[in-house]
Amino acid sequence: MSAVVIKGVSKSFPAGVTALTDIDLTVEPGEFVSLIGPSGCGKSTLLRIIGDLVKPTAGSVSVSGKPSAQARREHEYGIVFQDAVLYDWRTVAKNISLPLELLGWSRPRRAARVKDMVSLVELSGFENHHPWQLSGGMQQRVSIARALSFSPSLLLMDEPFGALDEMTRERLNAELLRIWDETGSTVIFVTHSIPEAVFLSTRVVVMSPRPGRIATVIRIDQPQPRTAATREEPRFFELVTQVREALAAGGAPLGETQEPALVEEPA
Amino acid sequence: MSAIVQPVPRSLGRRVGRRALDWFPALVVFALGIAAWQGLVVAFNVQEFLLPKPTAIASAFWDQKHSLWGAGVYTFKEALGGFALGSGLGILVALLFAAWRPLGRTFMPYAVAANAIPIIALAPIMNDWFGLLNPFSKMAIAAVLCFFPVMINTLRGLTSVHPSSIELMHSYAAGRVSVFRRVRIPNSLPHLFTGLKVATVLSMIGAIVGEYFGGPIDALGVRILNDSSYGNFTQAWAGIVMASAFGILFYAAVAAAERAATRWHPSARVFQAE
Repeated sequence: MSAVVIKGVSKSFPAGVTALTDIDLTVEPGEFVSLIGPSGCGKSTLLRIIGDLVKPTAGSVSVSGKPSAQARREHEYGIVFQDAVLYDWRTVAKNISLPLELLGWSRPRRAARVKDMVSLVELSGFENHHPWQLSGGMQQRVSIARALSFSPSLLLMDEPFGALDEMTRERLNAELLRIWDETGSTVIFVTHSIPEAVFLSTRVVVMSPRPGRIATVIRIDQPQPRTAATREEPRFFELVTQVREALAAGGAPLGETQEPALVEEPA
Repeated sequence: MSAIVQPVPRSLGRRVGRRALDWFPALVVFALGIAAWQGLVVAFNVQEFLLPKPTAIASAFWDQKHSLWGAGVYTFKEALGGFALGSGLGILVALLFAAWRPLGRTFMPYAVAANAIPIIALAPIMNDWFGLLNPFSKMAIAAVLCFFPVMINTLRGLTSVHPSSIELMHSYAAGRVSVFRRVRIPNSLPHLFTGLKVATVLSMIGAIVGEYFGGPIDALGVRILNDSSYGNFTQAWAGIVMASAFGILFYAAVAAAERAATRWHPSARVFQAE
């Protein structure tokens, strides 16, 4: 059974803006799929439609074989936003255990799981800190731990590292791949960084704007596990170029996407 | 990883010491102000009915400390009753308005209009309705004064929630009650306390002004009014000092409750002076 099946999804907003038109996409279990495109291509809207947080105007989405609304009610996915969206009044441990409380887990069971999650995201020792006592990168790791705490089969991520500096972002990229490998979840990841999409993904879905649609899908054939060295391989640069050209062909003016300039192309 | 602000563990003794140090400049200003008052009254030979000397007020206060304390407690009970009533109702209405927006749209204009009425003007009416000697007549005035600031601040706290906070709860299929309990109500606490702190002062004003329009002889407002009518200005000032003391302590108590309830708030951040 596919992890996510999107069939003929379109979304128009009441103001007459067409955010998405005729999206078809199937994601298999264990895949890491990035949605990349310029602002206004509807990638975040598509992510929210998968999560049943926004209703599509047409088409259907199924998650683990269930309609998206049922999948949401049955806690089939965890979500991470660009802001960590931690509750200030809860400690790190209590933020992570929020979904477990809503699922009615007993206190000892919650405590045990929180302990596991805190060590998964390498925040042991910070359980009793409040969000404002953490750096942006640490807050986002808490947010990831919360999204994974109840072991959902699917992880939806909406530009989770977009607000972080490049060094923190690269380290969290590597950490995310380790977590993905350890948990075996399916990940759908929205980004507007080309190197990030190439480094993380098994497939990159390139979207183009006005109206939002899928321009092309690029399979990333770099071997797993990926490390810092992956970013320096010639194949990495080839794939980055391929994604960039697909974005340009899809009508995204170059420079609109946020990415570090590549100083040199390998021979 | 960037710097992490650690809460500073400190012993109670050191905390009290630091708190005293924090207050030191304010205390110096207070002492200087009183000294200047005393000096000016003596230097310019200001008449007692205009402004008595602080030392005279202090000695009047000391002479009547027992009866003043009794009067203060009586009036404070009225203020506290009105505060509880008005704030409780304010919180309840804010919850209803936040839970059901059409209700807010329908009734908010009336709440705003009611707030524009000079509520003190209703004091004689309340005395008439509930009886001059019935403490409830003063509680009613204090309650009406407290209602609006508590309601409007709490409502703002309940509704000014980041949209992704709500989206996150939806992703967990959380119900309405759960969203209120886990997001909206905790989010409203700092705002609620802002309203409550304003309400402490208003409740004391409501009770005392209510008493100016009549009340039992051992109420603080009645005493202040009688003392000034009979020319005992120093005693009247001593009454005002007692009223202020209760007002300040009431405010401080609510501020302490706020600190205890919102320790998690970024404003609780402790900066190390060293």
